[in-house]
Amino acid sequence: MSIIETETKRAGSHAEADPLTLYGRTVGSRLLLGTAQYPSPEILGEAVRQSGTGIVTVSLRREAARGGGGERFFELISSWGVDVLPNTAGCRTPKEAINTALMARELFDTRWVKLEVIANDDTLQPDVFGLVEAARELSRQDFEVFPYTTEDLGVAERLMAAGCEVLMPWGAPIGSARGLANPYALKTMRNYFPGVPLIVDAGIGAPSHAMAAMELGFDAVLLNTAVAKAGDPVAMARAFGAAVAAGRTAFVAGLMEPRDMAAPSTPVAGTPFFDLEHKR
Amino acid sequence: MQQKVEQETGSGLEVFVNGEACRTGARTLAALVGELGYAGRRIATAVNGEFIASAAREEMQLAPGDRVEIVAPRQGG
Repeated sequence: MSIIETETKRAGSHAEADPLTLYGRTVGSRLLLGTAQYPSPEILGEAVRQSGTGIVTVSLRREAARGGGGERFFELISSWGVDVLPNTAGCRTPKEAINTALMARELFDTRWVKLEVIANDDTLQPDVFGLVEAARELSRQDFEVFPYTTEDLGVAERLMAAGCEVLMPWGAPIGSARGLANPYALKTMRNYFPGVPLIVDAGIGAPSHAMAAMELGFDAVLLNTAVAKAGDPVAMARAFGAAVAAGRTAFVAGLMEPRDMAAPSTPVAGTPFFDLEHKR
Repeated sequence: MQQKVEQETGSGLEVFVNGEACRTGARTLAALVGELGYAGRRIATAVNGEFIASAAREEMQLAPGDRVEIVAPRQGG
């Protein structure tokens, strides 16, 4: 068997059984879906189902005394049979993020936390200094931290030294739908951390963006608004599920490198009239 | 301390619950949670920015001006 055949077989078998392991937990889908901003709980539930996601992000907010919305939402997400990743959205200091994470752990009964420490309300950029500080403390307190970060390699190394085993670089600013703003930096990050689960989080606006991230070799993508705010969120959820799966399969199959010059795909040898002079 | 004693002997403590001023007869966080109708609900709490586990609410004494957070699961991205 030639080297090429061996490599192809390996890629093929990998694509069939291609689980993603995050902090020792194996998940079937490489799409993580946010639960905010859907037109109704029913549409949210159907979008989750049809996306094929295995992990949904959730949050916590102040509860009115006569409310009960929290209880109903918890029952809804419990009915889906998916893993839950609570976030610390809106936190602007390590202290806020740490205490929000502690409250989330009690509410959702999970060690996982999507750690957001926001530097600026306009850009929603991660405060990478506060992020590293909060990640270190939460890891010390036995959390499994999914940090929302940039593609900066130095920050990534600090996060890993702080205990993070998964990194979530942004595609573009949260809610911007701009896709992969810096594909070169994301590609560099992918190559620099070959064995670390990397999830592109934020800025994904179209299935093609998600697919591009997967084709670069990212392990998963996390998105919310692009599905929730679509004209038909359920159909868009299905489209994203298909795009993520296709992008992953393409990456595993091995994409060809772009080249500067044309190269005929049809064999040149045996072309009819090949021996005739080409004159206009 | 003097101020605290006066407030406690009046018509209860004034604290802030989820950013709103609230006068309460409760002396502990557990009692406040019960008084406001959250008992048995899926909530988490913090006082003055620090998480207070549900098991620790009974022992958590309230002081005038305490800022109490009571949160529940919500949709998120």
